[in-house]
Amino acid sequence: MAKLIMSLDNAVIREVSLDKERFTIGRKAHNDIQIDNLAVSGEHALIVTILNDSFLEDLGSTNGTLVNGNPIKKHILQHNDVIEIGKYKLKYVSEQPTGQASVADFEKTMVLRAPMAKAAMEATQSGFGDTQVSLSATTQSQPPQVAAAPAKQAENMAAVQILTGPSAGKELELTKNLTTLGKPGVQVAVITRRPHGYFITHVEGANFPIVNGKALDAQAHQLNDHDVVELAGVKMEFFLKNG
Amino acid sequence: MMANLGTVLEVVTATDPGMVRSHNEDSIGTDAEIGLAVLADGMGGYNAGEVASGIAVAMLTTEMRQALEAHEPHETDGSGEPLAVKLIKENSGKANAAIYQTAKSQPQYAGMGTTLVVALFYDNRMTVGHIGDSRLYRLRGDQFEQITRDHSLLQEQIDSGMISREQARYSQNKNLVTRAVGIDPEVEIEVHTYDVEPGDIYLLCSDGLSDMVMDEDIHATLAMLQANLPLAAKQLVQQANDSGGRDNISVILVRVLEAFEASTGWFAKFKAWFR
Repeated sequence: MAKLIMSLDNAVIREVSLDKERFTIGRKAHNDIQIDNLAVSGEHALIVTILNDSFLEDLGSTNGTLVNGNPIKKHILQHNDVIEIGKYKLKYVSEQPTGQASVADFEKTMVLRAPMAKAAMEATQSGFGDTQVSLSATTQSQPPQVAAAPAKQAENMAAVQILTGPSAGKELELTKNLTTLGKPGVQVAVITRRPHGYFITHVEGANFPIVNGKALDAQAHQLNDHDVVELAGVKMEFFLKNG
Repeated sequence: MMANLGTVLEVVTATDPGMVRSHNEDSIGTDAEIGLAVLADGMGGYNAGEVASGIAVAMLTTEMRQALEAHEPHETDGSGEPLAVKLIKENSGKANAAIYQTAKSQPQYAGMGTTLVVALFYDNRMTVGHIGDSRLYRLRGDQFEQITRDHSLLQEQIDSGMISREQARYSQNKNLVTRAVGIDPEVEIEVHTYDVEPGDIYLLCSDGLSDMVMDEDIHATLAMLQANLPLAAKQLVQQANDSGGRDNISVILVRVLEAFEASTGWFAKFKAWFR
């Protein structure tokens, strides 16, 4: 279960477990988290928790709600987000630190049965009311890379320098995951950037790429520094760039 | 008479357990001759997931083939619905019943279920049905589009405006589907029909791909490697694995090589009669 750690001037005041669906934050006494300070609005903010996700919404407070220093209207809370309300800070700690979540269970698909799904949706909708506010403000606060974290790419940058033909001397940096080389319809090969290096694979054409004088087969072939690739009659050199 | 689409559709498949799971609970099935592609992502303990997805794929491929040997998918009956739509609805219902019954009668399979995405190509059209979060995408020219909309909590949250697509990427509720085959006595499959153009490339995939590889990267891979579809499929699986491969990854690619209008002229009917 996620919790909030509330602090003022770096001194922890209290800890609140988000053990129910709705948590209101505000100056008035009826709030779940009462902050008796004039900088805080009577009904300042709301946190709705559904399963593993908690959503924070500012309820039109006078002085606003910040997450990690950015003003938000609605925000999907991430592990270690710091909510600021007045001078108070509330750190959101998700019980399963994202990223290192138990990998085995992480992506297991589960069915949310219809009645439950409906309840969850209703809960969230009643939570956020009909306010159709643009979420653009929150998208700017960059959420940490969690589920779709891009693959860790090869450490070294690499490039291909054309050695022969009209473009001789030109250099092509391999900045994308895939870079195709050659002439479409004649001969094309692709260089893929992977975590453990760069690989060249034949894509189309009757002839296969030649690396250091040897023709490849249909399999991917790992490129080493200073390998010479011949493709559609053009020679080029693959090399790693440091830094 | 059955039109043979084997020559107008190029179909390639790839499926992989990924980097974390010990076994593959996805199932795929294709039948280029009748223009059929089916993909299912099973769930449930032990090996129940692959049993569920296996039943769904086997049911769809064998039943549809049998039905299409006698009739053409564009034929309509009194309801005005083409046979293709009817077959997809009927057979997904059958698959649902079969999985539900098996799960009920054998305790080791209790609670198993599966997602399903099925596409049937005929008469310059494609009818696609889906349940859950397995997807169908289309690459047409420079346009790469997700055609199906997931039946998932996350999609409902996006639809209700609660979170943006950008934020959805970081949600922890990715894996909650709101509809699945075999969980309840009945299930409703969402079915739509689209026009198909020569040159179109269709991608059916399980969430092992779409959760691990961003749409932009899937698009780039398909666009760059479209001259070599088997390589594109392999590359997509590899990218999902390079990003962590947390789930099983399955991919079906279908390229439309030329138009395939159904022959409805008198001669075709005449010929069919004497068959």
